[in-house]
Amino acid sequence: MFRFLLGRLGLLIPTFFGVTLVAFSFIRLLPGDPLDLLAGERGMDAARKAELMAQMGFDKPMWQQYVDYLFNIFQGDLGTSFASKKPVLDEFLTLFPATAELALCAIIIAVCLGIPAGIFAAVKRGSVADQAIMGTALVGYSMPIFWWGLLLIILFSGILQWTPVSGRISLMYFFPQVTGFMLIDSLLSGEKGAFLSAVRHLILPSVVLATIPLAVIARQTRSAMLEVLGEDYVRTARAKGLPPRRVIGLHALRNALIPVITTIGLQVGVLLAGAILTETIFSWPGIGKWLVDSISRRDYFVVQGGLLLIAAIIMMVNLIVDLLYGLINPRIRHN
Amino acid sequence: MTKTSPASAVATEKLEQESRNATKAMLSEFWYYFSQNKGAVIGLAIFVLLVLMALFAPLIAPHDPDFQYRDALLKPPFWTEGGDISFLLGTDAVGRDILSRLIFGARFSLFIGVIVVTIALVGGIVLGLIAGYLSGAVDTFIMRVMDIILAFPSLLLALVLVAILGPGLVNAMIAIAIVLQPHFVRLTRAAVLSERNRDYVVAAKVAGAGHLRLMFKTILPNCLAPLIVQATLSFSNAILDAAALGFLGMGAQPPTPEWGTMLAEAREFILRAWWVVTFPGLAILITVLAINLVGDGLRDALDPKLKRS
Repeated sequence: MFRFLLGRLGLLIPTFFGVTLVAFSFIRLLPGDPLDLLAGERGMDAARKAELMAQMGFDKPMWQQYVDYLFNIFQGDLGTSFASKKPVLDEFLTLFPATAELALCAIIIAVCLGIPAGIFAAVKRGSVADQAIMGTALVGYSMPIFWWGLLLIILFSGILQWTPVSGRISLMYFFPQVTGFMLIDSLLSGEKGAFLSAVRHLILPSVVLATIPLAVIARQTRSAMLEVLGEDYVRTARAKGLPPRRVIGLHALRNALIPVITTIGLQVGVLLAGAILTETIFSWPGIGKWLVDSISRRDYFVVQGGLLLIAAIIMMVNLIVDLLYGLINPRIRHN
Repeated sequence: MTKTSPASAVATEKLEQESRNATKAMLSEFWYYFSQNKGAVIGLAIFVLLVLMALFAPLIAPHDPDFQYRDALLKPPFWTEGGDISFLLGTDAVGRDILSRLIFGARFSLFIGVIVVTIALVGGIVLGLIAGYLSGAVDTFIMRVMDIILAFPSLLLALVLVAILGPGLVNAMIAIAIVLQPHFVRLTRAAVLSERNRDYVVAAKVAGAGHLRLMFKTILPNCLAPLIVQATLSFSNAILDAAALGFLGMGAQPPTPEWGTMLAEAREFILRAWWVVTFPGLAILITVLAINLVGDGLRDALDPKLKRS
């Protein structure tokens, strides 16, 4: 197992340096130099510019700038936002819980509905129910989620008036952030109605964000189940008279879940990309909206830092999924 | 020296005939499996209709997509109260006919899909063939670069690339093609690795085939099935991503009747005029769904392992 871990890390470290190189190059590839961007339309005189260039290290040779950049990253310095003048890492850490809460709720919805739906479709293969589930899954998989979000807003916020249009909680409530997770914090605060308000704000964005992972997980579970249900050991389990529930739940499901776990891990990237759109639609104050706003504000140190941090998160989750996969499937580990 | 005897000419003729028959048989077998999947046939029919709609847009569209009817702002669809039969799906906030814009928008979406998939496919195949065929340091380098691209969420990377290149449809297409490319590289490489040491490849090598011939004529045709399936998936992804970029204001710019851009313009009216939001999104969904249905059918027909599962 240790060698497996080392092997994975061996692949990951060069990728990480590649990612830093991408983030580093981003600012240098932008049209115009970074200081012109900073100065905006007013511009600045040459002497001041040279001074700032030296101060920020933009006058050094490129390789030196990259080394400095790496050095700063490892000290947790990802630059400063032009707009807020705060360190990028601090901003990220303040906003990340909002995205994490949304993404976690979405993945919980996707797993809790997707796996049972996939199992059911596989067991009832060819039936009307199977076709209906798979048809719905394909629609979900093809869904432009930014439009789906707008439709849900029209229905639930506009016509039915059940849910609010945007934000994480009603402005009526104010309490200290403990975990950064609104659901937990609102419970801890003990304010009446706060938790309910947080749930009502969270429900539409999480449904929207869950749509594509849900469809992917349902499809993957069905095909993994179908493959496993045809295996000899499942036939043997049936032949020795085990009840179907046990055959499906124990013998088949445990093996079918292995590829499904990888699929769930791969959804992290999908979720973070989806968060960009979902948060924009629902004005959800997370990192997705932060990045979109920063791109349109040309706050490029934020974009640079965000790129790096998001890639790091995705790589870390993929590593964990790989390790889990190795743990439950020894064949992979020894390959 | 190259003169062939009549006997061998007959033999060649016979061989060619046989190979034609084999291709025919393969195609009809493919169609047999593809048509088993009713959804795929429906998807294909919708897709063909969309292509026709895009090609003949100026003939079909009832109005000029950019013309603003100043006395008909935000007209609802004809079947609702206040609707007008000459604007079947209503008009937008500046009085443009939504149906006509949607019909013209099909051109953009399909064009985006075709161009993006072509760039990603050609680039991916070339890089994948090189990586798989040469192996060693070149392979490692190419695959690490692909890993790096895959470490970012595709939409975020596309957004950042557009920030570098500047907003616009062409740049959005380039960005999406770059983001989709690694899938093709990985697939091609994996297929090449599994084919490289087969007897027919070794035979071609012994017969004196050069590297390029081995890569493109001997190995590549035998790796096409998964690539075709992936190309269909990428086609629908490209349309979705381009629409998302348009929606975020980083893709096609107004007044282009691109579906995502139309949605972005319609956003502020969602609680007042549901039709300006509903129809462009529906157009995206139907297009993407049709392509994905075809993709599922292609997978069933081309991948013998998954046949009739």
